[in-house]
Amino acid sequence: MSAAWASVLAVGAGTVVLKGVGPVAVGGRRVPPRLLSILAMLAPALLAALVVVEGFAARRSLVFDARVAGLAAGGLAVALRAPIWLVVLAGALATALVRLLS
Amino acid sequence: MRRGVHVAAPLVPAALALGVSFGVLARASHWSAAAAVVMSATTFAGSAQVATVSVLGGGGGVAAAVVAALLLNARYAPIGITVAESFRGPFLRRLTEAQMVIDESWALSGGGTASFDKGVLLGAGAALWVAWTGGTALGAVLGGVIGDPSSFGLDGAFAALFLALLASQLRSRRAVVAACGGALIAAVLTPVAPPGIPILAASLAALAGWRRS
Repeated sequence: MSAAWASVLAVGAGTVVLKGVGPVAVGGRRVPPRLLSILAMLAPALLAALVVVEGFAARRSLVFDARVAGLAAGGLAVALRAPIWLVVLAGALATALVRLLS
Repeated sequence: MRRGVHVAAPLVPAALALGVSFGVLARASHWSAAAAVVMSATTFAGSAQVATVSVLGGGGGVAAAVVAALLLNARYAPIGITVAESFRGPFLRRLTEAQMVIDESWALSGGGTASFDKGVLLGAGAALWVAWTGGTALGAVLGGVIGDPSSFGLDGAFAALFLALLASQLRSRRAVVAACGGALIAAVLTPVAPPGIPILAASLAALAGWRRS
């Protein structure tokens, strides 16, 4: 089985369980609010890390290359409240353009 | 449920477009179209799916990709718990209906408030699921035609997409602190740790959610 398929099946099964745990198992019981607020912060922490890794990491070093232009263009699109497909397109085009010119 | 489809209608084009983006990115990262579509149909959560493609593409390995994606989706456990009381009936029915819980359907249906409406949640979730999975199929077909990814800035597109997803999560000062912490941990660990580990370690920044009560 390819790495992609193995990941697809594992993430799919894990997500079904994560979404189901409340409605199936917890019922009306209370969960510690402290735990809930930590879990809610996982998404921003991990997404910020992904921005850093996808934008600046080249294997085991941090570099500034054409992706910085993509990130800047994407950031501008986000700031202008552009729809998400436009953010992705801006990032791809800016990166490709800088790569082409350098 | 019909009301849910109605209130979700403005978000359907966005879900469709993000689905197309995911399909294109997955195909450009040498995934099969079927793997991309199956992932959208079962996982049904954009950031976790893009993270899986990104971590595997960066040489992080299956375990790192799966753990990173599941940590991103860990928020669905507490989100599901806030609406758990409204789910009745046999096990399989509750499990299936629970899959319609995503950030958008939860927010539209008043999740976590007294006016929560499960019908709206199910209708909105179903409408967005169709758009998301259909968009992925469309993108997977398009992505197969586009060709070499590095020539059109795929890596920059990933970075921009994560930035957009991050922006939608920054709704409190605590979230901003968690994001800064996560970015810092990833930057510090990238030169010293194997690929995939910096992202996993960044989850520690979620401790910013620790609240004195």
